[in-house]
Amino acid sequence: MFNMILRVTENPVRRTTARDIAIIAVFAAITAALGLLPAIYLPVSPVPITAQTFGVILAGAVVGGRRAGASQLLFLALVALGLPLLAGGRGGIGVFVSPTVGFLIAFPTVAGLIGWATERVGAPYRLLPGLVVNTAFGIGVMYLFGWVGMMATTHLAPWAAIVALAPFLIGDALKVVIATLTAKGVHASYPGLLRSRTARAVAGAA
Amino acid sequence: MRTSSLGLFRPGQSPIHRLPPGTKLLVLLVLGAASVVTQRWWWLVAALVVASVLAYRLAGWGVRLWWTQLRPLWMLLAFTAVVHALTSGWQRAVADTGTIVVLVACAALVTLTTPTTALVDTIVRMAAPLTRFGVDPERVGLFLMVGIRCVPLVAGLAEQVREAQIARRATTSTRAFVVPLVVRSLREADALGEALVARGIDD
Repeated sequence: MFNMILRVTENPVRRTTARDIAIIAVFAAITAALGLLPAIYLPVSPVPITAQTFGVILAGAVVGGRRAGASQLLFLALVALGLPLLAGGRGGIGVFVSPTVGFLIAFPTVAGLIGWATERVGAPYRLLPGLVVNTAFGIGVMYLFGWVGMMATTHLAPWAAIVALAPFLIGDALKVVIATLTAKGVHASYPGLLRSRTARAVAGAA
Repeated sequence: MRTSSLGLFRPGQSPIHRLPPGTKLLVLLVLGAASVVTQRWWWLVAALVVASVLAYRLAGWGVRLWWTQLRPLWMLLAFTAVVHALTSGWQRAVADTGTIVVLVACAALVTLTTPTTALVDTIVRMAAPLTRFGVDPERVGLFLMVGIRCVPLVAGLAEQVREAQIARRATTSTRAFVVPLVVRSLREADALGEALVARGIDD
């Protein structure tokens, strides 16, 4: 079966290498696997914290903009194909017409932006810039999309949509911090994913 | 590849199961586009909600499975209905909440009645006109199939990491779980990349 699938592409690959394909596919699957973690309930909010958006931030902070964006796009495609990969075992095309569609559309965008910014900052991965980047895109851009998507589907007034989304913020703030620490840990155990800032590398060596 | 056990597809012989996947997707697209207009009449939306339940009957299931598809959304739907009822009347509440119910239920029905592999084939065919814009439809198919393969692969790695943690009585923090999971997945990706090169997907 695997052979049969792979034989279809005989053309040489344009910029995306075989390793890129593998990394993209694996990170789509990591976002899926994180959705399988049991949801955490905090006593202050009825909204469960799931680890799903954690995967979005992590992809950006680990494999760079293009691959991270592609991986989350692939994740959404797999969800659309009917795999139950969203937290709580949801999936199928239905989630793309539901009120949280804005967040889903944000997945590839946010992963791509975080990846782009992380690459700009360069190696070694540091916590403070990482935290700034992950918060700005992982919460700022994510909620902007989520908010617009909610108003578009439910026709709620802007204030009402904010009320509906606010409970999620607590969990997401927590996730950004853990994702940044995790990214640091991954870069430490698997170096070479980020290009180092040459100037700093020279200064560090001297 | 056991994709059938992984997906939400439920086999059956109903008329909806037998419709070509492309047709089902087209109906869904039309329904979504039409919702902008149908939303003006609450009674029409209410009728569509009833029709969506009947569609589940036609597919060989009942209202229970219909509700299963909507249950994860019930809090958001209730919130939307209450806010609309208070600010702009119950008709608006029925129309706007009902539209979401109809679209989500029908989209889920497409997923429930169409095998994942049939949808992949349909997408590869639908992507054909995009060749002009530099999209390679077969490459899209390759990405989807490698992605589908990686889901159980990474889920298996996650299981291994968890077992290793339990064996070492390590902490159950998210970070202590995700760092080894991502590192192992990256190593697995290296092996997978080499396998792809070996099969002619060159660098």
